[in-house]
Amino acid sequence: MIEVKNVCKEFSDVKVLYDISAEFLPGKTNLTIGQSGSGKTVLLKCIAGLHSVTSGDILYDGRSFCAMNEKQRKEIRKEMGMVFQGGALFDSNTVEENVMFPLEMFTRMTFEERRERANECLKRVNIINANKKYPSEISGGMQKRVAIARAIALNPKYLYCDEPNSGLDPVTSIVIDNLIKDITVEYNITTIVNTHDMNSVMEIGDKIIFIYKGRKKWEGTSAEIFSSGVKELDDFVFASERMKKIREMSK
Amino acid sequence: MLKLFYHTGRYFLLLKRVFSRPERWRVFFRQSLREIENIGISSITIVLIISMFMGAVCAIQMAYNLQNPIIPRYLIGLGTRETLLLEFSSTIVALILAGKVGSNIASELGTMRVTEQIDALEMMGVNSACYLVLPKIAAFVFFIPVLTIFSMAIGLLGGYIASFGTVGLTPHDYVVGITSFFRPFYVTYALIKSVVFAFIIATVASYHGYYTSGGALEVGKASTHAVVYSSIVVLMFNLILTKLLL
Ligand SMILES: Nc1ncnc2c1ncn2[C@@H]1O[C@H](COP(=O)(O)OP(=O)(O)OP(=O)(O)O)[C@@H](O)[C@H]1O
Ligand SMILES: [Mg+2]
Repeated sequence: MIEVKNVCKEFSDVKVLYDISAEFLPGKTNLTIGQSGSGKTVLLKCIAGLHSVTSGDILYDGRSFCAMNEKQRKEIRKEMGMVFQGGALFDSNTVEENVMFPLEMFTRMTFEERRERANECLKRVNIINANKKYPSEISGGMQKRVAIARAIALNPKYLYCDEPNSGLDPVTSIVIDNLIKDITVEYNITTIVNTHDMNSVMEIGDKIIFIYKGRKKWEGTSAEIFSSGVKELDDFVFASERMKKIREMSK
Repeated sequence: MLKLFYHTGRYFLLLKRVFSRPERWRVFFRQSLREIENIGISSITIVLIISMFMGAVCAIQMAYNLQNPIIPRYLIGLGTRETLLLEFSSTIVALILAGKVGSNIASELGTMRVTEQIDALEMMGVNSACYLVLPKIAAFVFFIPVLTIFSMAIGLLGGYIASFGTVGLTPHDYVVGITSFFRPFYVTYALIKSVVFAFIIATVASYHGYYTSGGALEVGKASTHAVVYSSIVVLMFNLILTKLLL
């Protein structure tokens, strides 16, 4: 379980996050939604420890991440997998080497075992016949999927995905969403996904946190999202005329 | 001034992180081999070209300067050799490599920073500074003596070629010159200098690349800074080492 307690984050002069608290349970896909620039990525990076928080605390199963020393952080990081917004694949390594990288660093597997595991992960994200290609030679959506394969290679306990399906077509998006959901349940992972795709929200959102200009405005389940009564959330969800019409019709 | 302290401090903090035990020695050696190819082998051509020209120009100028009946002509070859050994094959080559290798390192690390690849490494629990920077330092420091010796040889060859058709210098005098009164310490001195320079170039460039923030524009700036600052520091240490060693 991950607990975020009263987290504030400032960059030299700009305040990005204001007093955010939330809980993320294992085996559940937790979504953070919000407009572009609302602070989703910054929050996720604070949780992952890539940004230090200005005030507040992040608890991993009750242990404070901020109070840990370098060595303890390193241990806990081996249990984290992260998919960055831009993929962040290593350009000088092939697709296969990218997925094998965490295995090589942190396990005692032989080369063959590593390759087998890498192929297994790549197959799960529907990447076949691209093992020897470099990240610059595959499409953006494929890069995202390889990044997901890399993140799940070590069977993480915590999985963070920053907009895993931006730039993907609807069909692949759903495949990815379901994949994230499946492995979350299968391995009892604590998953946090940033998204602004309403499809994913409805499909896989067990728990949803809505961030508006750096503040948490609402939290609940996907069933409750249409009747939240929070104006900012309604503006976000019913941004298009079509969605508004659907709301009218369902009434 | 405050900025200077800030950067120096951060530079040494980075070095502290760089010089820790690699996670996996096998990975470290593989990366180092890759960097030897990337940084070392690929610099051979440029070192060959500049050394050839520098040797030739040096010999011609020496012949022009020592145009005097009472000065034995073999001194021209000797002077050329000393200049090449003492200064050109280490310092000038280092300055050229600061441009080539320095910008290469800074832009590579800078790109990795802005595309979140360094974050991805940190996220996995890998010491990104050690994983990325240490192989570069090791490869460059290990390979630069090869480049220096190579540059010396090619420089002397350049001078020899120039001695054909230069007024006041014959190939025979030149060869006599470059083979007399040889002091091996000059080679040691050049090698010590070049190893220090390689360390400076690799670390200063890595520093600028590693701490890039922003986007593609900043990567460009980082690589310019890497070249400018590593050149300045190289020249500073050239003076310091010369004072100390000669
Ligand atoms: N390193 C940084 N330094 C200063 N400001 C930053 C930094 N990173 C992010 N910000 C600011 O924080 C705010 C939130 O950014 P963030 O990347 O979290 O948005 P986001 O919700 O992920 O948006 P998107 O959906 O477009 O990815 C932005 O206004 C941005 O300018
Ligand atoms: Mg974002």
